[in-house]
Amino acid sequence: MSSEVEFDHHTDRSKLKVSDEVAIEITDMNKWYGSFHVLKDINLTVNRGERIVVCGPSGSGKSTLIRCINRLEEHQQGTIIVDGTELSSDLKNIDKVRSEVGMVFQHFNLFPHLTIMENCTLAPIWVRKTPQKEAEETAMHFLEKVKIPEQAHKYPGQLSGGQQQRVAIARSLCMMPRIMLFDEPTSALDPEMIKEVLETMIELAEEGMTMICVTHEMGFAKEVANRVIFMDAGQIVEQNEPNEFFDNPQSERTKLFLSQIL
Amino acid sequence: MSSTDNSYVRTEMLPEREAPTGNVGIVGWIRKNLFPDVFSSILTLIALFFIYQLLAGLVPWLTGGIWNASSLSECREIIGDGPAAACLAVIHERFWQLMYGFYPSDSYWRPNLAFILLFAAISPVLFDGVSRKMFIATATVPFIGPWLLWGGSFWAPVTAALGFVVGYFVYKLVAKSMNNLLALILGPLAAIIWWLVISGYVSSGLASVIPLGLEPVASRDFGGFMLAVTLGITGIALSFPLGIVLALGRLSDLVIIKTLCVGFIEFIRGVPLITLLFVAQVMLSYFLPKGTDFDIILRVMIMITLFASAYMAEVIRGGLAALPTGQYEAADALGLDYWQAQRLIIMPQALKISIPGIVSTFIGLFKDTTLVSIIGLSDPIGWVKLIQSNSEWTGVVWELYGFVALVFFLFCFSMSRSSMYLERKLQTGHN
Repeated sequence: MSSEVEFDHHTDRSKLKVSDEVAIEITDMNKWYGSFHVLKDINLTVNRGERIVVCGPSGSGKSTLIRCINRLEEHQQGTIIVDGTELSSDLKNIDKVRSEVGMVFQHFNLFPHLTIMENCTLAPIWVRKTPQKEAEETAMHFLEKVKIPEQAHKYPGQLSGGQQQRVAIARSLCMMPRIMLFDEPTSALDPEMIKEVLETMIELAEEGMTMICVTHEMGFAKEVANRVIFMDAGQIVEQNEPNEFFDNPQSERTKLFLSQIL
Repeated sequence: MSSTDNSYVRTEMLPEREAPTGNVGIVGWIRKNLFPDVFSSILTLIALFFIYQLLAGLVPWLTGGIWNASSLSECREIIGDGPAAACLAVIHERFWQLMYGFYPSDSYWRPNLAFILLFAAISPVLFDGVSRKMFIATATVPFIGPWLLWGGSFWAPVTAALGFVVGYFVYKLVAKSMNNLLALILGPLAAIIWWLVISGYVSSGLASVIPLGLEPVASRDFGGFMLAVTLGITGIALSFPLGIVLALGRLSDLVIIKTLCVGFIEFIRGVPLITLLFVAQVMLSYFLPKGTDFDIILRVMIMITLFASAYMAEVIRGGLAALPTGQYEAADALGLDYWQAQRLIIMPQALKISIPGIVSTFIGLFKDTTLVSIIGLSDPIGWVKLIQSNSEWTGVVWELYGFVALVFFLFCFSMSRSSMYLERKLQTGHN
């Protein structure tokens, strides 16, 4: 793993507040791919305003876990309650959760046939039924926030990776989500671009967004996360505050993992 | 320079210089593409020789062609002992038949107008600057076009169009008050009931109040390129949406739908088109109730459409397979439902990828319409045979088939060019 990213700006952690309200509650959740048991007895409660970093070796089930939260993957046992809505096979609940939960992917997954602006306004217009003009204003607001308003009328293929990922973040934000999921958002980026994306994410955290990030960017974890979860072999092995987690890991597996990536 | 000294700092940046002459422009192109080395140069010269030979034979044959003659023997008299020349008189004399068959000549404006309207209908797809109002043309031409061609009461296409409106409202109503699946069944059912039972009465009722219509033209009078184009266009227009539905059905999670679609596609692809056309010609009348007069052109259209839609489905499935799963996931994650995702995200990209294959299928379909000459319809090939069977023109081969080939080529080549244009237009960046 590369060395940690240095951020220009430092977060005042005392300003990051976690509320008592529960945003996501996962109880005894199990998932299988065919007969392969990928997630085992997951119990996780996320409060509103929490910034959680999930890490672990590849194949440990961390991506699968967050993909279960917006039902890109189906779980077979246990319950997942997002914002008071339980995820079951009921399509209405799934759509409700998905419109409340934003997701940013490793490979951006922007829609290449639409302009940046259209990427950002598509879901608000069709899912939220927002009038086009209003949707465009919102989109412009978030594009300014991620610092690429001037690219609004280009196509994704004309942007750099870092810019594309920031558009992807803006696209999610346009749906005004209450929770954001990040699935290795910087793994497909050059070092120069990792920083611009992480800074955008830090800004988001500072505004109180509930975030779950699967990432290996430990600098980001130290900067804003209030909890780091370490997963291995489909289980949550250890979770702790970032300082404790990095300075004083308890499990042997965690120690081994940290020694490899730091 | 010492071997250890490998530090270097550039003090000024180099300006851009012009490319060497002979590398750019016409000379550059010729050197690069025609005479890059000895072997290629020899091949170029040989190719040029054969092209010259071909043109030296063909051009005088065409330019010396005889236009004023009333039979092949007259042509031969005029040519006499002179160099070989084409007897183009046959095309001159039979041009309108090759184009329109027995379609009444005072009504040629009807297929012509239908053809022009067709371009209005596809203009929103081809050009950017076209007003969105043109989609009205896209929606109405499928009803107005057949009416122009076959004539009859103006109210027939109107009530046919109303069937879609009825189906849509029933769908909306049921979807709102009950559930989507039921709406998906009841909507089309209502439309079918409308078409089969109610629309006839409505249409004749309206016609008795306001009699408005065109002189009807019987299907057996359709012929020549008009028939080929009619069959081709309807086949294209209907097989495309049907192909999309079949492709989606084939990829569906619902086992019954999937099995039906796979079965249909594989069956149709496993049977030659000519067999299906024979079925249309002969077999269908066994299955239909006695006395029903089911138009032969309509039967052929259905078969051609079914045939092309199976191929279309596979081409579109290829486009769908080429899309990264991330596109589906992103659409899902944003809360778009299945149909929204298909319509806004998946299909625009999958169809764009499939343009070359889709247009190939279109071109293939258009050329396959010539097979209808075998079941007795007088398309251009049918007409060539008819003309040849006339004692005046027996023996004319090259001129007639050459003309038919040329017109087909013009149609197919413009389709192929439009597809390339469309591909370039839809190009958005390098990925």
